[in-house]
Amino acid sequence: MSTPRLEVKKTYKLFIGGKFPRSESGRYLPAHSVAGTHLDNYAHASRKDFRDAVVAARSAAGGWSRATAYLRGQILYRAAEMLQNRSGELVSEIARSTGAGPAKARREVSLAIDRLVHYAGWTDKFAQIFSSVNPVASPHFNFTMPEPTGVVVVLAPDEPALLALVSLIAPVILSGNTAVVIASETFPLPAATFAEILATSDLPGGVVNLLTGQRTELAPHLATHMDVNAIVDGTGIAELQTTLQGGSAVNLKRYTRRDLKAADWFADRAEDPYWILDTVEYKTAWHPMGV
Amino acid sequence: MKASALFWKRPESLRLHAPLVPTIDQIMVEERANAFTKRSLKTSAKLAGLKMAVSMCDLTTLEGKDTPGKVAYLCRKAVQPIDAKYEVPPCAAVCVYPNLVKPARMFLGHHSPVKIAAVATGFPSGQYPLRTKLEEVRRAVADGADEIDMVIDRGAFLTGEHTRMFDEIAATKQACGAAHLKVILETGELVTYDNVRLASEIAMRAGGDFIKTSTGKVSPAATLPVTLVMLEAIRDHFFATGVRIGMKPAGGIRTAKQALAYLVMVKETLGDDWLTPDLFRIGASSLVTDLLMQIVKCTEGNYQAADYFSLP
Repeated sequence: MSTPRLEVKKTYKLFIGGKFPRSESGRYLPAHSVAGTHLDNYAHASRKDFRDAVVAARSAAGGWSRATAYLRGQILYRAAEMLQNRSGELVSEIARSTGAGPAKARREVSLAIDRLVHYAGWTDKFAQIFSSVNPVASPHFNFTMPEPTGVVVVLAPDEPALLALVSLIAPVILSGNTAVVIASETFPLPAATFAEILATSDLPGGVVNLLTGQRTELAPHLATHMDVNAIVDGTGIAELQTTLQGGSAVNLKRYTRRDLKAADWFADRAEDPYWILDTVEYKTAWHPMGV
Repeated sequence: MKASALFWKRPESLRLHAPLVPTIDQIMVEERANAFTKRSLKTSAKLAGLKMAVSMCDLTTLEGKDTPGKVAYLCRKAVQPIDAKYEVPPCAAVCVYPNLVKPARMFLGHHSPVKIAAVATGFPSGQYPLRTKLEEVRRAVADGADEIDMVIDRGAFLTGEHTRMFDEIAATKQACGAAHLKVILETGELVTYDNVRLASEIAMRAGGDFIKTSTGKVSPAATLPVTLVMLEAIRDHFFATGVRIGMKPAGGIRTAKQALAYLVMVKETLGDDWLTPDLFRIGASSLVTDLLMQIVKCTEGNYQAADYFSLP
């Protein structure tokens, strides 16, 4: 009689600067399905992991923001391709975590892919559409155009764990920002798997950094970090919003709330090109005519 | 005075050849050095360590594009690195090329806590005639340098001309007069730890007040293991002669965490006596920004961004 094979349990790690480190704190948390079975373990990020992620995001910001819009589009599209290739993995990850049927899980993954493709298309278009040539009372050309704001912290809501995450990250990074993303707290595994897929796409290390753990523990540090330029908060949790907004005052970082209900993330609302504008700064340049 | 006249300073009994200095166990020195990075410094001890590190910094600019303006900026930063409310001591010195000693002295005046160090003797290669090297040193001292950072002739050392190296250091020390002499070994070019140990020994016996790892122009520059080898040479020299030689790692130390590891290593190898800017320096430029960021973090509680600090 053969003994049953011992299952290999995985510990999902953080994604910082293109690498997969354990939490500096050595902590991890168990991930459970909705039914309560222990699925796997995942890293429990500390404030120092967050600090490291910001350093990684800051050092990636220069190169990523200088990459041509065309290249950024190609890279995001490539990420969508990788997602497509490995969609089976994500479908089963969502299904076993949330208890959703395969059809529902597949719908979420397909939409996430579509959304990446959608935003990939915006990289070389948003600047034309949201820039302007301004009439001025002197012989000057006067242009106003968007530039990335820098390092952006993105907080994903608990559900839908993958689709909301992708819908929040894409409009942030397409303009040349880099992101530190705090994954869904109840269903962190789809996000961690998404990070593993991103690592095999052409996205430069540090452009997207993913932390799993407890939001309330990290929130004060996210909010008051001087090297964070903006926060995009998709959690919809009032208490968290207060902490984040309060702390943001120290360096006047941009704070944006996206209070969407779980179902709204599946709708057109979540592919709003105006979301791009929440993490850009407008620059106006004067250029003398005839020179 | 001819350099050869200084031969007498070399103890007759000591022949500076490799077998007479201890050999270095590469694996263990690297293991031991790595252990210093594992110490945990928290709260008040960390803050004290960070401030001490600032007070030991030789704020350095060694570029072809250096100007009196840049040096004045550096001097201002050295005198008061940050807002007075953080109670950060001034840096130990500014380290510049010989031509910029005069502007630095003009800016700092004659009673500044910040010293002026000039690199000299054909920095960074040292491949120049002794005569011009000594002239360079005398000019820098006359212009107001408190300290001279000389480079050794690595070529001479590596071809085994240890006595020539000894004599050059001794002659340079004489040219320095009252100014302190730091001897740059350029460990990145010495290839082995055994060579570093031997070169340290020669530099200390020839009259160097400090031994210094690197010019910053060669990679690898300062590393923990190479600094440990030099610290142990200093310790053994102290036991043998009772003379305290200073240590200056330079180049490649960019983060506060690294700087604290160096301080821990000095304390655990040489003891508290060496934890003073008179006997321990760090040659750096961007390090100070990170130290200041960590000091503000320790004081205010939130993580800082380089955007809010002066340029390195």
